[in-house]
Amino acid sequence: MMTRRQLEVAMPWLVTIGIIVVWELVVIGFGIREFVLPAPTAVFDAFMQFRGPILDHALHTLYTTVIGFAFAVVGGVILGVAVGSSTLVYTGIYPVLIGFNSIPKVAVVPVLVVWFGIGAVPAIITAFLISFFPIAVNVATGLATLEPELEDVLRSLGAKKLDILIKVGFPRSLPYFFASLKVAITLAFVGSVISETIASNEGIGYLMLQASSRFQIPLVFAGLVVIAIMGIVMYAIFAAIERRFTGWATRKIDYATGG
Amino acid sequence: MTAFVDLDRVSLRYGGPDGTLAVEGLNLKLREGEFAAVVGPSGCGKSSLMKLVTGLYPASDGTVIVAGSEVAGPLKIVGMAFQNPTLLPWRTTLRNVMLPLEIVQPHRGRLRRNFAAYERQAKDLLATVGLEGFERKHPWQLSGGMQQRTSLCRSLIHQPALLMLDEPFAALDAFTREELWGVLQDLWLQKRFTVILVTHDLREAVYLADTVHVMSNRPGRIIASYGIDLPRPRTLATTFEPHFVDIVHKLRDHISQVRQDVVAA
Repeated sequence: MMTRRQLEVAMPWLVTIGIIVVWELVVIGFGIREFVLPAPTAVFDAFMQFRGPILDHALHTLYTTVIGFAFAVVGGVILGVAVGSSTLVYTGIYPVLIGFNSIPKVAVVPVLVVWFGIGAVPAIITAFLISFFPIAVNVATGLATLEPELEDVLRSLGAKKLDILIKVGFPRSLPYFFASLKVAITLAFVGSVISETIASNEGIGYLMLQASSRFQIPLVFAGLVVIAIMGIVMYAIFAAIERRFTGWATRKIDYATGG
Repeated sequence: MTAFVDLDRVSLRYGGPDGTLAVEGLNLKLREGEFAAVVGPSGCGKSSLMKLVTGLYPASDGTVIVAGSEVAGPLKIVGMAFQNPTLLPWRTTLRNVMLPLEIVQPHRGRLRRNFAAYERQAKDLLATVGLEGFERKHPWQLSGGMQQRTSLCRSLIHQPALLMLDEPFAALDAFTREELWGVLQDLWLQKRFTVILVTHDLREAVYLADTVHVMSNRPGRIIASYGIDLPRPRTLATTFEPHFVDIVHKLRDHISQVRQDVVAA
């Protein structure tokens, strides 16, 4: 008999395996042809066959994604602090930010290619552009939702704006910040892969584009799966960091699973 | 003797010249070391009074003098506690109490070198409100009453000359509330800081204060002041004595009159 706790740990694996099994059965059962929807076994075969190039391209994608994401963290935090701690900056910048975020990043890539040429730079910039917004918005929210009474307590002690930011603002917005990192890293993958499919000679996006033009659909799916796995791993890393630093904010969940 | 806190015909208007008038022509004087309570109907501008005295809001008219000088910006000799304990959830009880020491001079400059001594001081203060052994707990591990005790300790750790309390016990159950009246009175008898307690609980005001001031409806001003001559330390038994009950009744009549005036107007 499994305890509830063990079941919770096993659930992600059970669901994933379940999806793969259903997928395989559907492909076999309906006789779907491989260039429409390859079965998981076919995808796995393609992965094993091309594992060398796939890993090379995956590493390249990982590299552009992480660099773009790192810039997004720095830029997002700076912008978030500015927007969250000053009403003037907020009213000025927010509409521009929203407008900017509404632009499909696919449309920006050709412009980036004109400016920087084909290769890693447009991918890094696209990853940055797509992932800095949630970070900025979350940090700003964390800072802006400070209890006015707490601010009064500190101000009546003679605290400067910077004191309030360091003692209360930053720690308070940490849970928001880490939550946004989990979203942002997955978005960063979307950004770099978009850019690679349009303008690159390297990366998973490029690999998938090449494969689909040659009707090697199982290889396309292998690429998709690799991107998904990289996204999940990065998400898990940031979720672990989040738990380490902001345990005080998620204590209710700890209590629930801790039994 | 000059007053420690002196509000002279003070007005406060929110939101520009056409904004709401929260307080108008308010006069209030406190001796050093006096425990004053301010009572009144809800929305009478009690919280505005807090902001005026602490300098968080500038007076629109009139003068506010604290400790001999006119208030021009946020004061630095004040401790504050509110209905909501506003503790920092990522800090332990002890570190929450020590927060003001990280901000107020001269402690701020000395904290790092004399950390152990300051920590001792904070622990002692926590012990006087009955929180010995809870220093390493986080706020969410404490009951509402314990959180409010911690908040009270935080407002006193830097030994402020003036303590401002905005309905600090309003969210607690009756037993805890009455227990904390005793805790607060003990602290005050020990250290004799000046206190302004804003409350809507008349028994609380009479139990704790030397003087109870009654505020009128918005725009608020002081319409009556009662000296409370009950001997200290007061106990829960005091609250059942006829004299105590008399004072509470008189205050209640006064306030219900104020409320009726509004309905008639």
